[in-house]
Amino acid sequence: MRLRVRDGRIIDPAHNVDSVADVLIEDGRIVGLEPATDPDRGSTQGDAQVIDATGKIVCPGFIDMHVHFRDPGYEYKEDIETGSRAAAAGGFTTVCCMPNTDPVIDNGAVASYVRKRAQDAGVIDVLPFGSITKRQAGEELSEMGELVRAGCVGFSDDGKPVMRADVMRNALSYSRIFNAPIISHCEDLNLTRDGQMHEGYYSFVFGLKGIPAEAEETMVARDLLLARLTGGRLHVCHVSTRGSLELIRRAKAEGIAVTCEVTPHHLTLTDEVVGSYDTNTKVNPPLRSEDHVQALRQALSEGLIDCIATDHAPHHLESKDCEYAAAAPGIAGLETAVAVIMDRLVHSGALDITKMVSLFTVGPARVLGLDRGTLSPGARADITIIDPDRVKRVNPETFNSKARNTPFAGMELRGWPWMTISEGRVVAHDGSVG
Amino acid sequence: MGFDQRKDLLGLRDLGREEIEQILDTAIPMKDIVQREIKKVPTLRGKGLITVFYENSTRTRTSFELAGKYLSADTSNLAVSTSSVQKGETLRDTIKTIEMMGPQVIIMRHSMSGAPHYVARNTSMRVINAGDGTNEHPTQGLLDMFTIREHKGRLDGLKVAILGDILHSRVARSNIYGLLKFGCEVRVAGPPTLIPPDVERLGVKPCFTLEEAIRGADVINVLRIQKERQQAGLFPSVDEYSNLYMLRPDHLRLAAPGAIVLHPGPMNRGVEISSEMADGPRSVINEQVMNGVAVRMAVLFLMMGGGRDEAAS
Ligand SMILES: [Zn+2]
Repeated sequence: MRLRVRDGRIIDPAHNVDSVADVLIEDGRIVGLEPATDPDRGSTQGDAQVIDATGKIVCPGFIDMHVHFRDPGYEYKEDIETGSRAAAAGGFTTVCCMPNTDPVIDNGAVASYVRKRAQDAGVIDVLPFGSITKRQAGEELSEMGELVRAGCVGFSDDGKPVMRADVMRNALSYSRIFNAPIISHCEDLNLTRDGQMHEGYYSFVFGLKGIPAEAEETMVARDLLLARLTGGRLHVCHVSTRGSLELIRRAKAEGIAVTCEVTPHHLTLTDEVVGSYDTNTKVNPPLRSEDHVQALRQALSEGLIDCIATDHAPHHLESKDCEYAAAAPGIAGLETAVAVIMDRLVHSGALDITKMVSLFTVGPARVLGLDRGTLSPGARADITIIDPDRVKRVNPETFNSKARNTPFAGMELRGWPWMTISEGRVVAHDGSVG
Repeated sequence: MGFDQRKDLLGLRDLGREEIEQILDTAIPMKDIVQREIKKVPTLRGKGLITVFYENSTRTRTSFELAGKYLSADTSNLAVSTSSVQKGETLRDTIKTIEMMGPQVIIMRHSMSGAPHYVARNTSMRVINAGDGTNEHPTQGLLDMFTIREHKGRLDGLKVAILGDILHSRVARSNIYGLLKFGCEVRVAGPPTLIPPDVERLGVKPCFTLEEAIRGADVINVLRIQKERQQAGLFPSVDEYSNLYMLRPDHLRLAAPGAIVLHPGPMNRGVEISSEMADGPRSVINEQVMNGVAVRMAVLFLMMGGGRDEAAS
């Protein structure tokens, strides 16, 4: 099976490639690039399927290292198949799913189940994270060796921060055996209790209990110190405050092994939107004030942030169709992430397109130590093609995800994923997965 | 835009100055009705209103019910706290059920901020917020403003001190939003743990001492302190609170001559307000209760579309 993606603008930040060329694929692997100027180009075209990518941007397959697929346990919200389809529609070829399922991914059997279900769905690749602690209870370490053998590529108790410093210390230390990152959801629960939104001017104005930025920052500080103490690899997920960024900046300068991610919604929405009491604006960590959003954007373009991750958190309608304080936090982000970043950051000039591609490809691949996120010969033929000028309104009714919870509904965005190729097979085209 | 053009009354934050004035002006003839021997006009005959209180407040509920009855509306009350919530019924389902019973207006008290906004989006009935979480209590704000205007002859440019738990008070918020629209100078005072961050951005002056807040004030609005806040560690003890923040008669020397004292009730005598103060000549606390009925009549009248000239008939 051969495939030629023709005349697209190839952006492969891992190798500083930015030129119009063809990508050749054979048996699920990248064969190589053929410059558009090559006179012999297309000599093998006879038996290859040709995709005309003129005017499109051809990138290595996008990686989202932070999704919640709710399977096993909450398949009515999302299952691995619908989640995979949403990922493909959104331009992702690899996603990492968080272990806060029921049962928790804290043993090899559950991790193997996730891998198997994803392979059966046959859409994109799903790599699980194992939990840091058994049942995510924050007390005893999971059997990390068994989890790695079953395909886990990192550890996280996301959503349930590890409150005990001694447990976090041991996790960062022990995980060095596998050189796997400890992915930390930094939140001091004593400071966030009952909080509904970012603490500040608008939390008073809207009468909702605030969550101070310091609830995140004190835990980032703690985890950085523990990473320094142990030499373990720390990945701070969904960074949302200026103070966290300053701490991470200093730690990186000091040589501490820390990486971090930011979500599309924290980059583009402020706490002001909570005033509608639209429960789709409720997320954890909460949408921050303008000052923090500006700091995130600045850090993104400076290269302090390693990757963009969606924190795709699908919820059933009834978890959102209710009073604000009663609503579950989270945004179903897979199908809008690329368009939101393209429209709000790339087209506005706040973020360079090459930088954007690296944040979705080589960035997360490096965090996870994966041999992906590039179009090098021999690599998995995972390709994301973007139509930079496609204008479309966000319509949750057409989502491939089971969930509809998005604060971006109704927004007109420019720049959408056009085609997703996973291991050499076209799995999504213009939002439809087939 | 006049207030009578609106579907709902959710808060004073998004109400215009003219709308507030329209309500306060309409409350004047309504107060006459409340003071009559026979407190009944036929204005809202055949119209239905229902009170749904997810949080107990017999006073506010009764005030709304009487306001409706004096205007001849049919009023009823759905006791939700004991029934549907415990059965796990969603707010949306409860509202749908009420809608099918046919009232024009639903008056709602809820412990979660924004709950009436959610209801307003999901029903064709008119919604009046009778207090939502720590967000707003618009009719309380309006009755406070009505009372102040009655005594001071105006609202514009007054100096108003609000004392107590500003952070968790919907009364404080509705007062602040309303009064700022009339160019009042609003100061808030309480322990720093009960003063919201960034409150200055609203144009309100935060003070940590009661004395600082009431210096030169024309109006002192004392809020009820919830003793649970002490359990939550927001102040060390009720005794210490009253030592620092209880309004006493000697404080009045600092205020402007003729300053008046308000309290939304029910009072904790000897905690946030001394008995001498509560019962003293500057207190307008009892009038607030009567004005509450008048203001709610005005709101119902404007929302339920009674004829303009019937108002005082
Ligand atoms: Zn998280």
